[in-house]
Amino acid sequence: MQYDSKNRLNQPAFGEALFDLVRRTSCELPADVEAALRRAHDEEAPDSTARMILATFLENMALAREKQVPLCQDTGMPLFFIHHPPGLSPRVMRTVCEEAVVRATREQYLRHNAVDSVTGLNSGNNVGKGFPGVFFEEWDDEAIEVALMLKGGGSENVGRQYSLPDDALDAGRDLEGVRRVVLDAVRRAEGKGCPPGILGICLGSDRGSGYLHSKHQLLRPLGDVNSDPALAALEERILTEANTLGIGPLGLGGKTTLLGVKIGALHRVPASYFVTVTYMCWENRRRAIRIESDGAYRFIG
Amino acid sequence: MRELTIPITAEQILELHAGDAVAISGIATTGRDAAHKYLVDRLIEGPKPLPTEDQRIFDELKKIYRGGAIYHSGPILRNDAGRWSIVSSGPTTSIRDEIYEDKVIAAFGLRVVIGKGGMGPRTLAACKAHKAVYVHGMGGAGVTNARAMVEVLDVFKKEEFGLPEAFWKIRLDHFPGIVTMDAHGRSLHEELGKTFDERLAELLRG
Repeated sequence: MQYDSKNRLNQPAFGEALFDLVRRTSCELPADVEAALRRAHDEEAPDSTARMILATFLENMALAREKQVPLCQDTGMPLFFIHHPPGLSPRVMRTVCEEAVVRATREQYLRHNAVDSVTGLNSGNNVGKGFPGVFFEEWDDEAIEVALMLKGGGSENVGRQYSLPDDALDAGRDLEGVRRVVLDAVRRAEGKGCPPGILGICLGSDRGSGYLHSKHQLLRPLGDVNSDPALAALEERILTEANTLGIGPLGLGGKTTLLGVKIGALHRVPASYFVTVTYMCWENRRRAIRIESDGAYRFIG
Repeated sequence: MRELTIPITAEQILELHAGDAVAISGIATTGRDAAHKYLVDRLIEGPKPLPTEDQRIFDELKKIYRGGAIYHSGPILRNDAGRWSIVSSGPTTSIRDEIYEDKVIAAFGLRVVIGKGGMGPRTLAACKAHKAVYVHGMGGAGVTNARAMVEVLDVFKKEEFGLPEAFWKIRLDHFPGIVTMDAHGRSLHEELGKTFDERLAELLRG
């Protein structure tokens, strides 16, 4: 049993599932991202730098999968997004997440990545204050679903938050204003976020919640269509236009600058209109598992 | 594809132009944020005489870097019975070292700086003055890069800086990259940046 009649978690089974999630997220890209990279490769001109770079990416992907080693040395900040049935203890689940990253670090699936911001000392096991990030949401389902994102630092550094209106970009408080600032964010990121990237965007809310919601957007499959037709059209338009900027793979020129644009909208106070952009590198390391109440689990993303 | 074997001469550097694909072989080190701060603040500009251990590292690095390369990367490594090997090691963002790199190139006689994202005018000027190039590595391709880092020979400052930030002395074998800043004063990043700006202006007019 994954949890008993008192809703106590079967920690060893949950821990095993989470370790598998960390390992696989670090070593194997999800199928939708892989397919998008293959398409991007085929669209670039033969003998172009862009195609050569994308071919290297595809080779790296195959090697990492075959050898079961991390795709990228920057295994980022692990961010767990957990949906759970009523009654389970978030504190216990957080502990199990921490144990999973400690083990994954020991087995070289994660780099030593948790640095004390005051002393500069690396904890050496990927656990520290607020590290890894673990976020919870209760639901009525009896199963637990855990999505994990390994968010690399290079791409995280080029994320931006705009407060509309933005004079310099002539961006007002509407979807046209959003389009303008997002294209600016892509231009400013140029090669620094390891393009072709994927944008997670949040409209509205406060500054902090905006960044978190923008990360939730990055959990969406590349091929899904936004349920809001206005946002679906905006996603499509930004994707198409950003790909005419010519930034290309690693910013060295080419047709594919972005693989996807995902926009969510939250309510805002009348005084504020934030547009929060999180940039995900080409190696969009996100995977998800579903753990049934009997402890059996399978990958769902 | 141009082959570069360390030690690299000024003449070889002058034959390279922004846009050239290269494969680099020979002995180099990794070095990122903490390493660059240490190179400049302690070894190059720190009070002399240096403490014994710093002097030893300085002497070792001088030998490696003369005609050689530094790689902006914080690797994942494996230790099998005391022997280190590289598991995954792609380039990290170079611009964070912009305030240091010109001094490092000048003091050590580096010929190649490998990283990602490009560097700024100070590094570009140092490349021209001291005959060096900036090579853009394959960002994110940690395993492909690790395959070209065939041997770990030594490590400096491991305890103080931690594994990702230490200087790992490594042997490269056909390490892949693209020259994006050359010794003739050309920066592909600068040139491409102008075209990105023009296109963005068009999109914002439309």
